Amino acid sequence: MLAETMVAQNVVFGILAVTMVAAAFRLVTTQNVVRAALFLAIVLAGAAGLYILLAAEFVAWVQVLVYIGAVVVLLLFGVMLTRAPIGRDADLDNDQRILGALVALFLLGSLGAVLLDGFGDQKLGTVAIRRTAEVSDSIFGAYVIPFEVSSVLLLAALVGAVALARRD
Amino acid sequence: MYLNQFLLLAAIIFCLGVYGVLARKNAVLVLMSIELMLNAVNINLIAFGAFRNNVIGQVFSLFVIAIAAAEVGVGLAIVLLIFRNRADIDLDELAQMKG
Repeated sequence: MLAETMVAQNVVFGILAVTMVAAAFRLVTTQNVVRAALFLAIVLAGAAGLYILLAAEFVAWVQVLVYIGAVVVLLLFGVMLTRAPIGRDADLDNDQRILGALVALFLLGSLGAVLLDGFGDQKLGTVAIRRTAEVSDSIFGAYVIPFEVSSVLLLAALVGAVALARRD
Repeated sequence: MYLNQFLLLAAIIFCLGVYGVLARKNAVLVLMSIELMLNAVNINLIAFGAFRNNVIGQVFSLFVIAIAAAEVGVGLAIVLLIFRNRADIDLDELAQMKG
């Protein structure tokens, strides 16, 4: 691979990584629910950028459409319908903050140790561009039964959500 | 690019999601933290797919995205139901099933 391409990939990865970690950190620490949803949108957009970096364009656009387009809007609807305070609210965290931080740090330490031990300096090399036709061949070929099951699951979730949320 | 840079980034985001689930008491914020964790898993799947040079990682991440959409729909319906019954979505107050 061209040296310039590799440098460009690493620069893009660095920018995306810093943005995503900062936005994810603010998402779990901010005291404003609407801002948390917008930080979630930033993290999801960064993940879409990572997918493009890994030559998975179709998943990147599905990410933009489904996550940023639908899930974030749905969460904002949830914020609105539950009448969460729109301004600052000091009462969004419970009293397990230190314990939660300890658990997360322990998990990060063990995951990091395992990853560094297992995949120390494995390189990705040249990421081959996969055409969307190959993805769809795989979904409708080897994975057609999970695909059908997931459509039944979506139907069940739809019916369940309507049954739960409707007013009698 | 190293494989580990993607895996470690996903691990950091996953741990931030774990912290969010444990330390937040607004139910909508807990759902957002769960989305964060699912997204970290997706990054791992795509990175391993690129590493093994096949499309299976992408196929699995598409399934994860579909299931996450179903999860957030049902989860928000439950949150709305809790809000309608109790006029509050403070998870610390939902302790009726505590022994």
